[in-house]
Amino acid sequence: MHEKKKTWLTFLFEVIVLAVLFTIVQYAITVGLINQSYHINITSMCINIILAVSLNLINGFTGQLSLGHAGFMAVGAYASVIMTNNLGMPFIVGILAGCLAAGIAGFLIGVPTLRLKGDYLAIATLGFGEIIRVVLQNIDYVGGPAGMVGITRLTSWPWLYASTIVTILVIVNLINSSYGRAIISVREDEIASELMGINTTSYKVLAFVVGAMFAGLAGVLYAHFFYIIKPETFGFLKSFDIVVMVVLGGLGSTTGAVIAAIFITFLTFALQKYAAVRMIIYSLILIIVMIYRPQGVMGSKELTRKTFARIWGGKK
Amino acid sequence: MSLLEITNLHKSFGGLSAVLKFNFRLDTQELVGLIGPNGAGKTTVFNLITGVYKPNGGSIVFNNENIAGLAPYNICKKGVARTFQNIRLFKDLSVIDNVKIAFHKNVNYNLLNTILRTPAFFRGEKIIEEKALEYLKIFKLEDKRDEIASNLPYGEQRRLEIARALATKPIMLILDEPAAGMNPQETRELMQLIEWIRQDFQLSILLIEHDMSLVMGVCERIYVLDYGQIIAHGLPEEIRNNKKVIEAYLGEEVG
Ligand SMILES: Nc1ncnc2c1ncn2[C@@H]1O[C@H](COP(=O)(O)OP(=O)(O)O)[C@@H](O)[C@H]1O
Ligand SMILES: [Mg+2]
Repeated sequence: MHEKKKTWLTFLFEVIVLAVLFTIVQYAITVGLINQSYHINITSMCINIILAVSLNLINGFTGQLSLGHAGFMAVGAYASVIMTNNLGMPFIVGILAGCLAAGIAGFLIGVPTLRLKGDYLAIATLGFGEIIRVVLQNIDYVGGPAGMVGITRLTSWPWLYASTIVTILVIVNLINSSYGRAIISVREDEIASELMGINTTSYKVLAFVVGAMFAGLAGVLYAHFFYIIKPETFGFLKSFDIVVMVVLGGLGSTTGAVIAAIFITFLTFALQKYAAVRMIIYSLILIIVMIYRPQGVMGSKELTRKTFARIWGGKK
Repeated sequence: MSLLEITNLHKSFGGLSAVLKFNFRLDTQELVGLIGPNGAGKTTVFNLITGVYKPNGGSIVFNNENIAGLAPYNICKKGVARTFQNIRLFKDLSVIDNVKIAFHKNVNYNLLNTILRTPAFFRGEKIIEEKALEYLKIFKLEDKRDEIASNLPYGEQRRLEIARALATKPIMLILDEPAAGMNPQETRELMQLIEWIRQDFQLSILLIEHDMSLVMGVCERIYVLDYGQIIAHGLPEEIRNNKKVIEAYLGEEVG
């Protein structure tokens, strides 16, 4: 009974912390404490968190190296803009359509490619990511190479915040369950996993589809913040950026993915003025991390309630 | 009644026939040994039964159903579980998670319950946790539940692998050289454990052993494999004195 009460209190505390964080930023935006460039920074940060956490489900937890995440982001972005701008639907319909379209694309690409292993899978997903980009370039309805412009800014702080939390919650809950254990067992030893009665292919596809859906969500938020989307934005370099975040944070750590996404966003932001040295510093950090901590910042560890309880207990 | 009936099984790798004209029978609740020199094809037979390899020919009838060529996860669901010659645990996961994964095929909550953390999820997880602990207790591993599997001593890793296999609730358990790398004391204990789980879980067991003396004690019948073919089969005493068997093993010692 006592244990249950404690769990509820912890939960309540967490909700309050999240609500306070939300309110502070919302207030700062409303009264103009946050200028345009900071606003862009916060938006990019949330979008990067969604991208990194969702790719980590595929690359980190399932162990399937995918290099086409930006492709699903593109599908989500374009599908949602068609709904909102071209068809005049409300934002929520755009969000759902974006996620759904990206999920379907994930399924269609995942089923044939996930039979491949390691490098072959990486190359196949890279190829599909590029195919998505090239296809978009050649559809006049979505503007061809020029992309879609004049998109209404609908991505507000509440949408961003809610999307980021939902992404993290869904993926953390999925991983910490029997389904999550099945997914991780695929990464650990595919043959042993099969012999435990787990249809490894279907779990790879599940992780791929869920990851793609959230990449789609990130695409929706991106499109409705930056007014314009172009096929180039979602090319190989974007996919590579997301992979870097996941590797930097630690494959198989959601906490790591979040930390790395925040770090990379701020780094990009801070180095904006020094465009010439930006890529050098960026690469240097990567090299240093890979030499001194090849498993990434967090390895496969997570910050959980237990970790906080330990820190708290240790201080007393 | 025969539980497993293998007829004319054939598997080749490139030009090499690793298993040829292989015939085999295992009755319900029998403990049968498959022995033979190194490279005879024993592990290949196990890989064929469990679906890791697809046979080039022949049939594997298990529980009145031909399972030859089915996917491994389907064969597991039909009630076949195995261990590996070189242990294949989920090395970086905890001891208890290794066993919990075996219960996934019967998980009784769905993805929606998982994501929304409904009461059904917590109930289901509690059941899985309790069942996993039961199996750890049987194999005296409950104190190590939160240790990383690869940190266990060798003998305990072997036991954990058997625990994990049993947790899939098999009708037939197949063990690939379970005593490999164990000292005589550990081997004796393991053999007693195998005998005990057969009684307690009412299992049919197929056991591969390289060391002939080991299987003589526990197995009811023995098949001897050499160069992918059965060269003898019968009661332990018959095998012990079989000329072909002695030659096969002698040949190995000389070569
Ligand atoms: N995947 C494989 N590819 C090629 N040859 C294999 C493969 N698996 C087994 N073999 C060959 O099949 C033969 C039997 O091997 P194996 O079944 O492991 O023997 P045992 O378990 O009796 O020691 C060996 O010659 C081995 O090299
Ligand atoms: Mg072998």
